[in-house]
Amino acid sequence: MKRHVVLVLGVLVSLFPFYWMVVMATNATENILKFPPALTPGGELLVNVGKVFEEIDFFGSMLNTVLAAVGATVLVLAFDSLAAFTFAKFRFPGRNALFVLLLGTMMIPPQLSAIPQFVVMAQFGWVGSLKALIVPAVINAFGIFWMRQYISGAVHDELLEASRLDGCGFFRQFWHVGLPVVRPALAFLGIFTFISVWNDYLWPLVVLVDPDQVTLQVALGQLNRTHDTDYGMLMAGTVLAVIPLLIVFLIGARNFIADLAKGAVRG
Amino acid sequence: MRKYLPQYLAIAPFFLLFGVFGLFPMVFLGYLAFHTWDGIGEMRFVGLDQFKFLVTDDIFWLSLVNTLEIWVMSTVPTLFLGLVIAYVLHSSVRFTTFYRIAYFVPSVTSLVAVAIVFGSIFSSHFGLLNAVVEWLGGGALPWLTSEWGIKVSISVLIVWQWTGYNAIIYLAGLQAIPSEVLDAATVDGASRWQALWRIVVPMMKPVILFTAIASTIGGLQTFTEAQILVGEEGGPGQSGLTMVLYLYQQAFKHNDFGYGATIGVGLFLVVLLFSLINWRLVQRGERP
Repeated sequence: MKRHVVLVLGVLVSLFPFYWMVVMATNATENILKFPPALTPGGELLVNVGKVFEEIDFFGSMLNTVLAAVGATVLVLAFDSLAAFTFAKFRFPGRNALFVLLLGTMMIPPQLSAIPQFVVMAQFGWVGSLKALIVPAVINAFGIFWMRQYISGAVHDELLEASRLDGCGFFRQFWHVGLPVVRPALAFLGIFTFISVWNDYLWPLVVLVDPDQVTLQVALGQLNRTHDTDYGMLMAGTVLAVIPLLIVFLIGARNFIADLAKGAVRG
Repeated sequence: MRKYLPQYLAIAPFFLLFGVFGLFPMVFLGYLAFHTWDGIGEMRFVGLDQFKFLVTDDIFWLSLVNTLEIWVMSTVPTLFLGLVIAYVLHSSVRFTTFYRIAYFVPSVTSLVAVAIVFGSIFSSHFGLLNAVVEWLGGGALPWLTSEWGIKVSISVLIVWQWTGYNAIIYLAGLQAIPSEVLDAATVDGASRWQALWRIVVPMMKPVILFTAIASTIGGLQTFTEAQILVGEEGGPGQSGLTMVLYLYQQAFKHNDFGYGATIGVGLFLVVLLFSLINWRLVQRGERP
């Protein structure tokens, strides 16, 4: 009994901010600011959403975010699963040294390279472009490490050997033998990448210099700076920015959580 | 060598992109730290001047202290509560999937969105928290307008977002411990609490270290929480000014890329120092 009290209390704390976000998004701001404030959802959601659309280019930012997240996810799945497959199943000179080097890249704190990475993007003419968000996402050492672990156990050497004797080259082995087996792992890595690009804030804030061409998170940050007490509108924007991601997460939640925990315990 | 060409081609994209967008920027950061640069004009070599300024820059040290204080105030409760929740969750049979999802959701939710919601809860004048305090008969507290209030608010946000995530990881660690070990402990007359501290925690040392390392690397780079809650300048007394926020402010708000890079080098050294400490702890943990 005591156990359930602890767990339920924890869940209430964990979920309350979401409830409160919905309460604010569905009430007029003056009802939130009065004392005592509105504590239950109201009927002002559409009014608040309408104000969001007037203030920021919501659909434009949403499109940018979706393009960046999907683009990065596709690149990560293509390149990182191929690299992981290679590290897991093939011997070649320098393999171990290269893998250690790859793990070493995880030591570089990403926030730190914002300044010089910005300079590199300027050289490429990618400042203000979604390419600046998509292409560097491929440098996902964690993703390759995680996939390699999975592939080592899931793809059987006999199967690869058989396909090689049938005349399959390296890339066909990856496509026909490797990929079908690692589909669950691709789902995990895909959701993981999608979520991190969707939520990223500092880098898009820095590199998307045109205030009309930003991602949802940056647009939300702008809204927060300019209207920080218009809670009804601000929360309507927040709800809209959070819901698509929560749907993506909830679709794969069960396996996703289990996979993440397993990876952490094993690593 | 030709025979291995497909394999090298397969791993080449990662290393090429890492060279361009990972390694080169880090080297360039070090180079830039010796120059003054406004981001547009000519770079001017100034030797160690900016480093000399950095070590005497009170604001840099303030940002370091702020970062470390917030890191301690958030990491300790996060890991402790995460362990307790995992332990309770482990012995519960019903609704485990629901609990897991409910505890995990904060960690996948956008930090900007979360910070905006917490900003409204902590707001000094119209916030929910102060409404509750006043309803209970107290006076409104300056959550986001006082030195300690800002640090507490940022820490509470971090604890809220990451406790469930760590609990899920600990839960996986707990499930790897044979249940006989736990059962034997309770049969021996140890209370659940004692079993947790004397048996579970020592056996989970590697997992706890993993979460501690992840929290350290994350905590030293705290940015979004502070920027959304108290703004670019770090709020009253600059007590919300973290190191990354200071770096961002100097480089991208004041167009002082050279000094921003110097702060970056300082931050890198701090991260390196803590990584080495972590590494030593892991080494010690592995020894029998």
